[in-house]
Amino acid sequence: MQKIIVGIKRVVDYNVRVRVKPDGSGVALDGVKMSVNPFDEIALEEALRIKERGEATEIIAVSIGPDDAQQQLRTALAMGADRAILVKTDQAIEPLTAAHALLAIIKTEQPDLVIVGKQAIDDDAAQTGPMLAALWGRPQATFCSKLTINGTVATIVREVDAGLETIEVDLPAVISADLRLNEPRYVKLPDIMKAKKKQLDVTDLATLGVSIDDGLKTVHTEAPKARAKGILVKDVAELVDALKKKGLVS
Amino acid sequence: MSKILIIAEHDGKKLSPASARCVTCAAQIAGGEITLAVFAADPGPIAQQAARLTGVAQVITITDARHAQSLAAVLAPQVVQLAASYTHIFGASTTFGKDLMPRVAALLGVPQISDAMSVESPTRFKRPIYAGNAIITVEVAANRKVVATVRTASFEAALDGGAATISAVSADAPAPTHTRYVSLSAAASDRPDLQSAPRVVSGGRALASKENFQLIYSLADKLNAAVGASRAAVDAGYASNELQVGQTGKIIAPELYVAVGISGAIQHLTGIKDARTIVAINKDAEAPIFEVADFGLVGDLFQILPALEAALG
Ligand SMILES: Cc1cc2nc3c(=O)[nH]c(=O)nc-3n(C[C@H](O)[C@H](O)[C@H](O)COP(=O)(O)OP(=O)(O)OC[C@H]3O[C@@H](n4cnc5c(N)ncnc54)[C@H](O)[C@@H]3O)c2cc1C
Repeated sequence: MQKIIVGIKRVVDYNVRVRVKPDGSGVALDGVKMSVNPFDEIALEEALRIKERGEATEIIAVSIGPDDAQQQLRTALAMGADRAILVKTDQAIEPLTAAHALLAIIKTEQPDLVIVGKQAIDDDAAQTGPMLAALWGRPQATFCSKLTINGTVATIVREVDAGLETIEVDLPAVISADLRLNEPRYVKLPDIMKAKKKQLDVTDLATLGVSIDDGLKTVHTEAPKARAKGILVKDVAELVDALKKKGLVS
Repeated sequence: MSKILIIAEHDGKKLSPASARCVTCAAQIAGGEITLAVFAADPGPIAQQAARLTGVAQVITITDARHAQSLAAVLAPQVVQLAASYTHIFGASTTFGKDLMPRVAALLGVPQISDAMSVESPTRFKRPIYAGNAIITVEVAANRKVVATVRTASFEAALDGGAATISAVSADAPAPTHTRYVSLSAAASDRPDLQSAPRVVSGGRALASKENFQLIYSLADKLNAAVGASRAAVDAGYASNELQVGQTGKIIAPELYVAVGISGAIQHLTGIKDARTIVAINKDAEAPIFEVADFGLVGDLFQILPALEAALG
């Protein structure tokens, strides 16, 4: 196998509890810590391991997002990606547009494998991987928790509601990474220095010939309904009593 | 008029309760007509269950040996073939629906709404983002098909009482052979199903071993409850992956949720927000789980669980 493309999205760090703006126009992002989407780190880690096993020669990290997403691509380069491409857009885009942008990159790069996170923790849509596979006319293996490559065939264990499903796909294919696929490595300081010298190309949607699909618009953002504050009970007897009163235990 | 196609989910024998919840969501689209599509090798019994759901106008069956397993790459082109006569195409936001529906949407060239949690109008829906820390209202452009996954925890299951017509249709779009099913390893269990059980007992990292996790099973048996787990408990191997509750596991809405030795990280809380009553047992009085718990008990789970079981008789 030659090339692997990995999707890298810049998102609000998973430790941040986001706040909705009072005017309902969105969530407040000023000064909030941004990171690589955790699932994308797992996707990249898997690609690195494949390369380290000698089963791939080049890993390209691709992000679609604002200019600042270069930071997340530098992190990907520091983790070990060979080069990076930013598809710059300042507009919020839907996964369908992201999938079209990735498809345009695929057409020039001709990868044998694309690995993305199963979802991004900002919009939680979980669409880009399967949408890309559909547009590309190639297999998808979503929620992957184990990946084995044997020549031109990949075997994937998928975390599904019923348990663990195993499927086999012909390459090239799109894989979406689940949490238990691996544990991403930490970036070391010398690698951050080295990453600064790696190639990072910047392009944009128009150059790729991708128009923004505006078939779905966010018209309002609100905070979720808060749960009413509960009480602390002092012991097991009081807990059982409370549950009995509510008819939850007999 | 809205014509809504729901892709039924099943295990080859039984209709999933998730599909009944999709029906309730679809029924909230004013003036809509609901069709359930059953793709299976032997759709008969599943179609009969589907036809009994209140609100379903018709059930269509697509019999094909290729549908003995549900592979998105095989199913999506068939769904697209049927899609022409519908305005809306829904699936549950289970792993089945999350795998299939985006592939369908992309083939149709339309965006998808993930995890629809309320219907505001035939083209307007609410959905959670940021692990449920914000709710957005989205509007689908006029004249575009509405493809959505339905957040099952937001809707009650439609009840039996209907008598929809059942008819066989054919969908024979060429299906790729580049994706092949190999096997499914599912823990055979006669316990209540996590996604639909009225009561759930979940354990976290604090259980500290697979052996200790039996305490969770034991309490669950006493309460006739399903068993769940935090990501930390699954990662550590105390519980299997299909038991994970949360942003990236199952989103559930039981009558009673008992969280034992779970800190209450936002990623976990998003999976239980809609539980009617939450009980938390944790030795740390500052644990965030107590912010959402209706009844909190501070203490050591290894003392509390045996006492609780005894008190439940
Ligand atoms: C991208 C991403 C997705 C995630 N998705 C999910 C998800 O879907 N579901 C999920 O659950 N998590 C998810 N997580 C992980 C989440 O952030 C937390 O790490 C996880 O939920 C913690 O699990 P826990 O509460 O069991 O463990 P901990 O946070 O370690 O909490 C253990 C708790 O047990 C208590 N305790 C210890 N000993 C005892 C005792 N003897 N008696 C009583 N209490 C005791 C402690 O006080 C503590 O509160 C995700 C994280 C990321 C980054």
